Amino acid sequence: MPLSTDDVRHVARLARLALADEAVEDLRAQLSTILAYAEKVGEVATTDVPPTGHAYGLSNVLREDVPRPSLSPEEALSTAPQAENGRFRVPQIVSED
Amino acid sequence: MASDLVTRSATELLDILNAGEASAVEVTRAHLDRIHETDDRVHAFLRTLDDTALAHADDVDRRRAAGEAVGALAGVPLALKDILCTRGQETTCASRILEHYRPPYDATVVEKLRAADAIVVGKTNMDEFAMGSSTENSAFGTSANPWDLQRVPGGSSGGTSAAVAAFDAPLGIGTDTGGSIRQPAALCGLVGMKPTYGLVSRYGLIAFASSLDQVGPLSRTVTDAAHLFTAIAGHDPRDATSIPGAAPEVLSGLETGIEGLRIGVVREFLQADTGGVEPGVRARVEEAVARLEALGATTVEVSLPHAGYGVAAYYLIAPSEASSNLSRYDGVRYGLRVDGETVEEMMARTRGEGFGTEVKRRIMIGTYALSAGYYDAYYAQAQRVRTLITRDFEAAYADCDLLVAPTAPTTAFRIGEKADDPLAMYLNDIFTIPSNLAGAPALSLPVGLDDAGLPVGLQLMAPLLGEAMLFRAARALEADLGFDPTPHGAGALPAPAGHTSRMGT
Repeated sequence: MPLSTDDVRHVARLARLALADEAVEDLRAQLSTILAYAEKVGEVATTDVPPTGHAYGLSNVLREDVPRPSLSPEEALSTAPQAENGRFRVPQIVSED
Repeated sequence: MASDLVTRSATELLDILNAGEASAVEVTRAHLDRIHETDDRVHAFLRTLDDTALAHADDVDRRRAAGEAVGALAGVPLALKDILCTRGQETTCASRILEHYRPPYDATVVEKLRAADAIVVGKTNMDEFAMGSSTENSAFGTSANPWDLQRVPGGSSGGTSAAVAAFDAPLGIGTDTGGSIRQPAALCGLVGMKPTYGLVSRYGLIAFASSLDQVGPLSRTVTDAAHLFTAIAGHDPRDATSIPGAAPEVLSGLETGIEGLRIGVVREFLQADTGGVEPGVRARVEEAVARLEALGATTVEVSLPHAGYGVAAYYLIAPSEASSNLSRYDGVRYGLRVDGETVEEMMARTRGEGFGTEVKRRIMIGTYALSAGYYDAYYAQAQRVRTLITRDFEAAYADCDLLVAPTAPTTAFRIGEKADDPLAMYLNDIFTIPSNLAGAPALSLPVGLDDAGLPVGLQLMAPLLGEAMLFRAARALEADLGFDPTPHGAGALPAPAGHTSRMGT
């Protein structure tokens, strides 16, 4: 199914990707081609076939909840673009109006 | 002496170092010199680590002289893909979004390499976030194939494959999500191996597609790859997908041959309409299969009926997982931030400027495939097809011990040749993807050159935890073929002074 430019803009919004107008058109064409190819998986009968989880079959790997040393707050904040008072700083999240 | 040191395998270097014929500092310096002499042409490395490498080598020499313990790879230079976190040292994944990122911790693989006393000489180029087959998606320039500098070294671990082929280091670490170790190994005339999913820790490996990603070795010989695999494999409680218990022991049986081994030739992978196998690739693969028979193996034709859906399933599963994994690059905790009025604007601008074209393309595919109304038709259906591909392998292994196929449909292509056609690029992985989907181990071995003088890789595939058999068969074939990994030919990087190929020009 070919995508529209509105589809591309909607998905870009979900993915938090700012796209230039030319990129939207390029992606519309490319994604339509790639998804048309990927839709081949729909040709396969998969009734009663479970989806793969872990290739080796591991599931629900549990361990004791034991406190142990980890990164210090300083180390955890050391790579942040902006930090303040031991916290990550970001622009306004909730608008005032 | 210096040129002699760089052309040695890791195993030979260990003998030289243990005999005291050269120091780890001399070995390291010889390789760093080689890199500085050639990397303007090859661009295998995003950055070299001269100071820390020489300091580590010096420490190895001191401990060796004092009779103290040294690791199993003590003093052997290694090229590390820039996708593995190195504490306090830049780790970029070849992306603008992580351009100056210095992780506050080491990957488990990096800790294990240090414990083995391998000397990390530099961090290698790659396709951004390991998405690509050529290194052309790196934000920091394309690497060149030492066999022909106008051609790609493969990808995504193409910086590592270029480094090992150029004699910058005998050992290299790559990662393989859909073929990213095996395909560059094939294109650069190297041995490259993807372990069973869960045998090598993913802790500190920057995630692309978590259910597929696996770290593995590249080298110029099978024995070296087996040693490096041994150094990095093993259970890690910090990776919940890590397989408990000891990893398969692969070294002791390496030279025992393949008498009586049953080898399955995958019918679909040699048919003309599947993936467009080049005549030169097909010829070398068929000759290699004949040599396996001459060495005492029996061959049987097997079928993987759902393998033809592998690329389609992969290009839903891997982008879906990537779109989720890469949501962490939001300009808040690390990496690039591009300012905006609101947090959403800041995030969208950061990601719009920080990610390259291919990464955005895959995030978009994945976000679409996981979005409301499409999940069942795309991601869930792809994961069911994945189960069927795994069952195809299980059925094939009822009749044989190992499978063989080409690693890639073509030899190294020209830089720029496929850069504008994403789907054509994705089809490079047609033969490597099924093993990732099944979580099974696979290895690419050079089996000769095509008419243009470019290396051809044979892929050997084994059942889960079948690494010992995989390395043993590869070693037997390697010994029989005598392939010389020295790049040669008109467009090749010149060999180190005084070293010539055994195979002539």
